[in-house]
Amino acid sequence: MTLEIEDLHFTYPSGVEALKGVSLTVKNGEFVAIMGQNGAGKTTLVKHFNGLLKPTSGRVTVDDVETTKTSVASLARSVGFVFQNPDHQLFSETVEEEISFALKNFGYDQNAIEERINWAVNLLGLSQYRKTSPFMLSGGERKRVALASVLAWDPQILILDEPTIGQDHQQKENLRQFIIQLQTQGKTIVIVTHDVEFVAECNPRVILMRGGKIVADGEGKEILTTPQLLEESSIVLPQIAQVFTQLASEGLPKNIIDIYEAKRLLLKVLKERQT
Amino acid sequence: MAVIETKNLTYTYPGAAKPSISDVSIKVEKGEFVLITGPSGCGKTTLCRTFNGLIPQFYQGELSGEIEVTGLDAATHPTYEMAKSVGLVFQNPENQLFALSVEKDVAFGLENLGFDRQEMRKRVDWALNRTGIYDLRERSPHEMSGGQQQRVAIAAVLAMQPEIIVLDEPTSFLDPLSAEKIFEVIHDLNQKLGLTVVLVEHRLDLTAKYANHIIIMDQGKVRFDGETRKVLSNEETRLIGVGIPKSTLLYEMLNREGADLNGDTPLSSEELAKILLEAMR
Amino acid sequence: MSIFDGLKFRKVYSPIHNLDPRMKFIYVIAVFVAAILFGSIIPLLALFAIQIPFVLMARVQKQWVRSLRGALFLATFIFIVNIASNFFTQGFVLTAANWEDAAAMTLRFVVLVESFSVFFLTTSPDHLGLALEQSHVPYEFSFAFTTAVRFVPVLAEEAQTIMDAQKARGLELEKGNFMKRIRNYIPVLIPLIVSAIRRSLELAEAMESRAWGATKKRTNLYALKLHRGDYALLAIIIALLVLTVYAFFYVPIPTVRGLLGFP
Repeated sequence: MTLEIEDLHFTYPSGVEALKGVSLTVKNGEFVAIMGQNGAGKTTLVKHFNGLLKPTSGRVTVDDVETTKTSVASLARSVGFVFQNPDHQLFSETVEEEISFALKNFGYDQNAIEERINWAVNLLGLSQYRKTSPFMLSGGERKRVALASVLAWDPQILILDEPTIGQDHQQKENLRQFIIQLQTQGKTIVIVTHDVEFVAECNPRVILMRGGKIVADGEGKEILTTPQLLEESSIVLPQIAQVFTQLASEGLPKNIIDIYEAKRLLLKVLKERQT
Repeated sequence: MAVIETKNLTYTYPGAAKPSISDVSIKVEKGEFVLITGPSGCGKTTLCRTFNGLIPQFYQGELSGEIEVTGLDAATHPTYEMAKSVGLVFQNPENQLFALSVEKDVAFGLENLGFDRQEMRKRVDWALNRTGIYDLRERSPHEMSGGQQQRVAIAAVLAMQPEIIVLDEPTSFLDPLSAEKIFEVIHDLNQKLGLTVVLVEHRLDLTAKYANHIIIMDQGKVRFDGETRKVLSNEETRLIGVGIPKSTLLYEMLNREGADLNGDTPLSSEELAKILLEAMR
Repeated sequence: MSIFDGLKFRKVYSPIHNLDPRMKFIYVIAVFVAAILFGSIIPLLALFAIQIPFVLMARVQKQWVRSLRGALFLATFIFIVNIASNFFTQGFVLTAANWEDAAAMTLRFVVLVESFSVFFLTTSPDHLGLALEQSHVPYEFSFAFTTAVRFVPVLAEEAQTIMDAQKARGLELEKGNFMKRIRNYIPVLIPLIVSAIRRSLELAEAMESRAWGATKKRTNLYALKLHRGDYALLAIIIALLVLTVYAFFYVPIPTVRGLLGFP
């Protein structure tokens, strides 16, 4: 399932021009991180992927279907969108009902709903909370319920808006593992984030946006180690990259973001120099 | 001199089955920059709400143990009195600004305390300058970014000239560069004014380098309390699931594999780079 | 959501915007009194005309025209009711006087709308809140007013986000019959209410932490002081009232039909 964006422009009714010509192809099974400062147009862009917003000009197609020619409800079946704040979607009396909401909207029958709920609560470790009110759960758990309520219908493309905000170290690590798991199942994953350390650990394809345009598109290893590019987008270099930028005089490569790669390289260099 | 001292502090929210913090005994010295961290739900947010008496006065619930802040019993002294010595800054900038212009917001506390207009104007302008938002003083909150809004919130407590400023994850909604600016403002207040800073944060990558004292909590209890470098270089700290700065981790990993690096445990990329450069020459 | 965008005001400076809101309010009342005293077209036309310079000085003509257009429906209604009631009570005949009276009634309404719109278009919410604070209205009340103004646009934006989040889960707001459509809004309303409650708790916490309620004698960063412009407006108000009273008692007011030679 391919996501194709051609020369997308979007202007809000208030007159704010949020996207100024974005072209992009996301292939089936890709893992993409869209980065950039607040107001760069990241969220506006991804809201086009499931038709929440329709282009002012240009085209967005999901599997060759133009988003203007169909409804959000039908696009949503293949494009799942998890919003930043789980409190913007939780409303049911129990976790179970919360998860079944979308399934009912999509017309699943009772047996299928039961089966999908089982699958989703197991996947996200929520089995013990099936009959609990989502409002009684902690922030991290609510975030998982929101995720489960979207994953329940097994969309092929998954969009996560700022999934790491307010998450602690362990929760981020769990999220990372989970994304890897989905990836091995062949899902397409798009995250919108400005969490550089998280991106550095996941190492997805990075798309950097600024002022409604894409300013860089490529490997995280290259983009996250280019100081000027990041600075203009209000992003700080990942810490490992910062170290290597400062070691530039020693003839070490600059494009390192992974801590294990950094360790191997430094050990080698240190051993050479010390002998 | 300790400006905050708790002894066996235990607190249970109304209707909760078990306490959110239990047996917390800590000491914060005047002029320190203290980092409180730990996994979600560890009780760090609860703890910092006891410092100005919001817990138990606003939240009710059950508090036992002792808490003394700037020589006052925070549990019984009214919050509006505590506000003069302890300023609290919260996570969401949007929900702590209520006026329709920046300077009116910064003046809010002073208005409540009944300051006369001349003194108020002096302090408001001073706080705006200190946080670098003097030029924004007539803006409305809608016209500002999250980072700017959070600086307004800091200026608003600063105007009351407290001895201690407590910040509860002040940057979790901000982009990294705006977050860094906020931390620099706080660091500057700590260095230049000698203000005692208590910062609650997940992101040690960005903040560890500023702190000389760190408290790590888990499941309502204090697990580690001490000098930042010492605590973060401790193996066991990692087991709690605290995000140790990458520079500190890398340094530890290298030494474990026999790199034999000198110097103190680094807390930032600058410190690690310096150690590595020395080792390579 | 564009109605709420109007509340995301920006500071505008013009001689009219800078006037003391209390003085502007007295002006509205003066126009109100004058409009009630006169029931004929010519003085009401004059009242309508003298306000136009204010609108132009404040450069709010566009919004002003929009508010008048908004009043058009009600104005038409007033006109028709007047005509119809005369028509039916007088045995199905209409005189020139009937037409003129109906027009005057309508014009009176338009003048009132005009003066209120001049007031609200040129008085920013923070100015209004300040006027409330300094008019011996209890502070809690003016605080509630400014906070509401502050948060309405925020909540409107939030409602939009919630709608998007639920649409992304297959909610179709426009689907079904009337009752079904109302029920469709439950998944939007519940998160909105929960979030509003959470927000208000956080606000209360922040207020407590900033010494809310420390003293009964709350002070204010700003002082409302009367400036030259305010005295000029006061002079205009007095002149208007004197002229009105004089004209009401001593000047025979000509009618349009008289001038045009109708019986």
